[in-house]
Amino acid sequence: MPVITYREAIRHALAEELERDPNVVVMGEEVAQFNGAYKVTEGLLAKFGPKRIVDTPISEAGFIGMGVGASMLGVRPVMELMFWSFYSVAFDQILNNAANLRYMSGGQINVPIVIRGPANGGTNVGATHSHTPENVLANHPGVKVVVPATPYDAKGLLKTAIRDNDPVMFLENTILYGDKGEVPAEEYLIPLGKADIKRAGTDLTIVTYGRSVIHSLQAAEILQKEHNRSVEIVDLRTIRPLDIDTVLASVAKTHRVLIVEEQKPFASVGSQLAYMIQREAFDELDGPIHRLTTVDSPAIYSPPVETEQLPNPNRVLKAALEALA
Amino acid sequence: MSNKSNATPAKQDAAPAVGTPQSHLAPINANLSKEAKVGLYRTMVRIRRFEERSLRAYQAKKIGGFLHLYIGQEAVAVGCCSLMGANDHVITAYRDHGHAIAVGMDLNALMAEVYGKATGCSKGKGGSMHYFDPSRNFWGGHGIVGGQIPLGVGLAYGVKYKGLKGASMAFMGDGAVNQGAVHESYNLAALWNLPVVFVIENNRYSMGTSQERSSAGFGLAERGRAYGMAWGTCDGHNVYDVRATMDKFLKLARDESKPSIVEVDTYRYRGHSVADPDKTYRTRGEIEDYQNTKDPISLFQKTLLDEGVLTDALIEQIDTEARAEADRSADFAEASPYPTVEDLQKDVYWEVDNPAQKTSQGRIFFS
Repeated sequence: MPVITYREAIRHALAEELERDPNVVVMGEEVAQFNGAYKVTEGLLAKFGPKRIVDTPISEAGFIGMGVGASMLGVRPVMELMFWSFYSVAFDQILNNAANLRYMSGGQINVPIVIRGPANGGTNVGATHSHTPENVLANHPGVKVVVPATPYDAKGLLKTAIRDNDPVMFLENTILYGDKGEVPAEEYLIPLGKADIKRAGTDLTIVTYGRSVIHSLQAAEILQKEHNRSVEIVDLRTIRPLDIDTVLASVAKTHRVLIVEEQKPFASVGSQLAYMIQREAFDELDGPIHRLTTVDSPAIYSPPVETEQLPNPNRVLKAALEALA
Repeated sequence: MSNKSNATPAKQDAAPAVGTPQSHLAPINANLSKEAKVGLYRTMVRIRRFEERSLRAYQAKKIGGFLHLYIGQEAVAVGCCSLMGANDHVITAYRDHGHAIAVGMDLNALMAEVYGKATGCSKGKGGSMHYFDPSRNFWGGHGIVGGQIPLGVGLAYGVKYKGLKGASMAFMGDGAVNQGAVHESYNLAALWNLPVVFVIENNRYSMGTSQERSSAGFGLAERGRAYGMAWGTCDGHNVYDVRATMDKFLKLARDESKPSIVEVDTYRYRGHSVADPDKTYRTRGEIEDYQNTKDPISLFQKTLLDEGVLTDALIEQIDTEARAEADRSADFAEASPYPTVEDLQKDVYWEVDNPAQKTSQGRIFFS
C-alpha cells in the first residue's frame, strides 16, 4: 500500500473530489499561485485552473460568507483557513449563517460547504495562532466537526465531508502534515461519526482525537513495555456527530477512562465526553474519569514551555498512570 | 437618467429628496402595461396593509420578539423586485416583509411565521427577521446587520460560476454600511467582477442614530468609488425612479458582470422595531412631513391617477382587497398550530431530514 503524508492525503482527497464534481471549488488565502501556505494545495492550480482553485484576499468574513452564499446555489466550496484561529474574524458567517440558515429557513436551504485548515498549538506561534475551536464549533447545532489524526483518516473523511450536504468544519494539524501513513491507491470513504480503535487494550480507555492520538499511542507503547499495562485508544475522528457507542463499549471493557485532548479544559470536548460517559456508563466505571488537556492559559510562545502546555507523550503517560492507580 | 453621481449626504434637517421627474420616461417604465402599473401599486398597498395588520397583532401580543416594519419604504422593494428575472436573486436584512411580499410570497405563510406557527414560511423557526423562499430566489431575511452581504456576493458568485446571466440584489440599511463584512464584500465583488447590486436603503436612521452621527465621508454609495465600482442614488419614494435606476445597474450586472452600489433615499414611519421609542432622535413633525409629502403609495397613486391608469373606484377596490387579504392572513395564522417540541430538532441538518440518504453515523444531537 502506498505510504504518503497527511498533507498529500488531503491534497489527493481534494483532487479526486475536484475531478468527480464540477461544483467543487477550492478557495482560500494562497491556495492557488502560492501552492498553499502549508503546501496542501500544491499543484492543484496547474491541474484544475483558476476557476476551480481560487486565491482570496485576506478577508475571511468576506470570502467565507461568499462561500456560504454560493453553496446555497449548489456550488460546493472547500474553503481553506490558513489557520483555524482566523475563524474568529468569520465567526458570524460560520456560526450565524452557515450553521443556522437551514433552521431559520425551516429546512428550505442547505449549505454544502467545507471549511478546512490547521487548528493546533505546538508551533510556537503564540496565542492568536494556536486556537483549537472544535468545542466551540461543535457547540453549534447545524455544523459537523471532523478532526483527523492520520493520513488515511484525513483522506477518507475529507472526501466524505465534501460530499456532505451540511456544513462541515474540518480541523487539520500543521505538525501532522508531514506524518506518513498507508493510504490505499483505490478510492475509499470514511463515514462521519465513526470512531476508530487505534490500539486495542484491556486496562484503560484513552478517548482522544487529532494529534493527541499520536501522543497517546506513544504513551501506550511505554505503558505496555515498561508498566505492563494494556491501553485501548479510541480515536473519535469526528466530534459531531459523535460515536459515543464505541467509547461506551470500550469503557465497558476497560472500566477506566482517560480523555486526552488539545483543548483548554473549560467546556471542552472532553467535558461533554465525561458527562456522557458518567451518565451512560456509570456502573462500568471503576474510578473517576480522568482528563488531560492543554494547561489553562493562552498559548505561550516560549518553545520548551509550550511543549509542556500541550498534551505530550510524557504528560499522557503520567495521566494514564494516575488513571490506572 | 435618474442616476445621480454627485450625491451628498442627506442632512438630518434637510427637506426630503425630490424625485427625478423624468424617470417615468425611462423605457423600463414607459413600456409598462397598465396592468403591470396597477400590479406595482397593488403590491405596495398589500405590503402596507399586511404590516399594519401585523402591527395590530403585535400590539395584541400575538407576535413575539421584534417587529421591524417597512412602512414608508414600500417603493424600494417593489421597484427592485419587479425587475427580477429567472436568474436574479434577493437577500436582505431583518426588515424583510416588503421584499418577501414583493417577490410573491404568500401572505398567509408570512403572517403565520410572525405568529410562530408551523404553517409559517420558515415553520415558525425563523420569525419576522428570517423569511426565506428559495423557490422565488429570496434568500432571507437576516438578523445580523451587514451579515447577509457576503452571502449576497456568494449568490452572485454562484450565478457567475454556473455561467448564468443573472444578478444578485444585496439589500442593507444605512446602518450596515460601516460593518467590516460589507466592505469585504465590496472588495470581493469588485475584485472578481461579480454580478451584484448592493442596495442601501437609506431610511436615515440606523436604529436611532442618524447618518451624520454614524458615517464618515460623503454619500454612502459613493464609497463604491474606492473599490472602482459603479454607484448611484435614487429616490426611494418614487417607484419609477427606483425601477429606472435599478434597471441600469442590474443590466450592468447581468450583461457585463459588474457590481455596483445604489443608495436609495427612503424613510420609515415606525420605530426601528415597533416596541422602540420613536421620539428620542426625530420629531413627530419630521415623520408627518414625509407622510404628507413623500409617501410612496400616495405619490404613485397620484401619478397613476394622472396617467389615467387608476380610478378612484379601483383604488378603493385594491385597498379593500388588500385589507381583506391581510385579515385573512391573520385569521389563517390564528387558526394554525404551533410547531411542536419534537420539531425543534428538525431542519437542523439536511442529513437528519433526509434519512434515506444518510451516510454518517453516531450521535448528532445531545439532548
